[in-house]
Amino acid sequence: MATAPIVPDRHPPATRGWYKRNEIALTPWLFLAPAMLFFAVYVIVPIGQSFWISFHEWDGLGEKTWVGMANYDRLLGIGEQNIDRKFEVSFWNNLRWLILYLLAIPLGLFIALFLNQTVTGIRLYKSLFFFPFVISQVVVGLVFSWFYLPREGLLNAILGLVGAGPINVLGDPDMATYGIIAAGLWPQTAYCMILYLTGLNSVDPEQVEAARLDGAKGWRMLCYVILPQLKPATFIAFVVTIIGALRSFDLISVMTNGGPFGSTRVLSFYMFEESLSEFGFRMGYGAAIAVVLFFIMLFFIAYFLWSMYRDERGAR
Amino acid sequence: MRSIIKTSFAAAVAAAIASTASAELTGELKIISDMSNPAPRAVMEGMVADFQAMNPDLDIELTIVDREAWKTQIRNALGANPPDVVNWYAANRMRPYVDAGLFADISDLWAEEQFAALESTKGAMTLDDKQWGVPYTYYQWGVYYRKDIFEELGLSEPTTWEEELANCQAILDSGRKCYTIGTKFLWTAGGWFDYINSRTNGYDFHMQLARGEVEWTDERVRQTFANWRQLIDMGAFIDDHQTYSWQEALPFMLNGEAASYLMGNFAVAAMREGGLTDDQLDFYQFPKINPDVDYAEDAPTDTFHIASGAENMDNAKAFLRFVTSADNQSKINAGDALGQLPVNSEASISDDKFLQEGFEMLSSNASGGIMQFFDRDFDAEMASVGMEGLQEFMVFPDNLDDILMRLEETRARIYQ
Repeated sequence: MATAPIVPDRHPPATRGWYKRNEIALTPWLFLAPAMLFFAVYVIVPIGQSFWISFHEWDGLGEKTWVGMANYDRLLGIGEQNIDRKFEVSFWNNLRWLILYLLAIPLGLFIALFLNQTVTGIRLYKSLFFFPFVISQVVVGLVFSWFYLPREGLLNAILGLVGAGPINVLGDPDMATYGIIAAGLWPQTAYCMILYLTGLNSVDPEQVEAARLDGAKGWRMLCYVILPQLKPATFIAFVVTIIGALRSFDLISVMTNGGPFGSTRVLSFYMFEESLSEFGFRMGYGAAIAVVLFFIMLFFIAYFLWSMYRDERGAR
Repeated sequence: MRSIIKTSFAAAVAAAIASTASAELTGELKIISDMSNPAPRAVMEGMVADFQAMNPDLDIELTIVDREAWKTQIRNALGANPPDVVNWYAANRMRPYVDAGLFADISDLWAEEQFAALESTKGAMTLDDKQWGVPYTYYQWGVYYRKDIFEELGLSEPTTWEEELANCQAILDSGRKCYTIGTKFLWTAGGWFDYINSRTNGYDFHMQLARGEVEWTDERVRQTFANWRQLIDMGAFIDDHQTYSWQEALPFMLNGEAASYLMGNFAVAAMREGGLTDDQLDFYQFPKINPDVDYAEDAPTDTFHIASGAENMDNAKAFLRFVTSADNQSKINAGDALGQLPVNSEASISDDKFLQEGFEMLSSNASGGIMQFFDRDFDAEMASVGMEGLQEFMVFPDNLDDILMRLEETRARIYQ
């Protein structure tokens, strides 16, 4: 008769598989794997390909010819050439977009504060204010280009009422970019507004109460009590607005097609024109523009990631 | 009984051979067309309906794409899972697709007897000694004008530049603009350049410029712009034209705010649609500028091609035979359809006065040569930079030196 051990065996034979033993370390990676795979295939690899193509001359169909840095030399005017003027114009327009597009954040905040009250039908007003973000950018562009029409447009009708002369916003190289940015601000403001509205929901009423007891109101209340609590919303609003500004394409394509005489081009539109448009198919040069745009975006995104990282460490 | 079947079979075969679309086709036929303006769209749908009626068992799938959008989509469309038949343009515009092997070589089709009637356009469809498509229509360019306004002001069709300028001054004095134009999509300005340059310096010089053999800063090019500037400085063109497409510029002419329009004949359908009667609308050939230079005319050809990856090659070829057949050519180019010129010499030209006049002009009064159009004759990149410069010139003529320098820089780089 076998005697069962009194003390249970603390070292059972190794029946657990390799996976079981490493489960804690492996599982996160398993869950990450599909996302990482697709991120690699659809984001990382194409970025590498863009870099690669930008060193070639290629029409997108035939053979690639290696040209080294020639595309960049031409783009940035290195060596004896002049800087590509279209690139210069596009770059400055991109900066205009970046700076002016940020107006959407204070505008959105203002509307959100205004709408953050309980009166009858507030849901309807909120949805009406949010409406421009729901409709397609193409429709926004079309509506605004009608609004700006030099003769029939509503804008000139209004200007006419106050006695100001008719202006052709989209036909004037000095004004056209600002006209398009104004159109872009309309949906972007709505977007920022919705971000702030959700942010306002999570504002701590007790802190507001306490501040009120201490005699804070109006501007000081906003700056020292409300805004710090809205910081996460502000951060997201910043990121989406910056990226939205750098991605601006549909509005330009619909409203001016880059014109008049190329004065409303931005880098993404120029890239499209060079590589994919009717008279384009210079893939190498287009890719070089894409690479430059990539670094500009990377600069901003890296800055935001870094500040987010810093904040999280600070919070710990 | 048997013999009856035999005879009827033989008759059927004979009929099939005689008819343009041979024995009834089966299977599929996928067509992507860019004939998206109202009149061409109706024509395209009509053609497919007729072809369907001839071949009831054929499964035809027609997709109509916006004409401007098609210019960028054709590449993707031809690349993966291509349709059988597509629309495109003749001459140099075919080059990228031919070089990339995306258009099928259809020289065998052109060798058929029926195609002898298309001889006049064979050159425009030929690259590397092979034919890559068939034309279905071509049209003249010229000045379409409001006859009633001309009559009111006592003007006649100008034949020289001096008459042209005098007419324009009279029109301006009556509170109208001489020309409407919409340059938002740039190519309309190319038409003006084609005409003024070829009238100033001749067809050969124009084509040399197109091939990149002449500098843009050349004194003769400057002369072209100087002539053009005379009109601009007079205020001959409507204001804010950089904001309009060519269609959006039409109302100026329809409302009588502008007296004429340098355009292709396809604009006539839109003008009639807009309410102008033939008593109000007339046509004249662009006047001479340099009396020593022969008339050269823009007459672009629009085409059908078979994708090299077409799955239904035989059906596609049958469709091209049908498109170019004399009957169909007469029908689709008639005044109430496309309102353009048939490519088949056996087809009848509609008795539409514009077509008659256009055909007359092209066959007897264009001894300088036939241009396809600015964006079809020039290299693609040169054309895009060029047309942008032309648009800028029309708005800010003072920028000319800067514009020419830019164009020259581009020319030097492209045609090294």
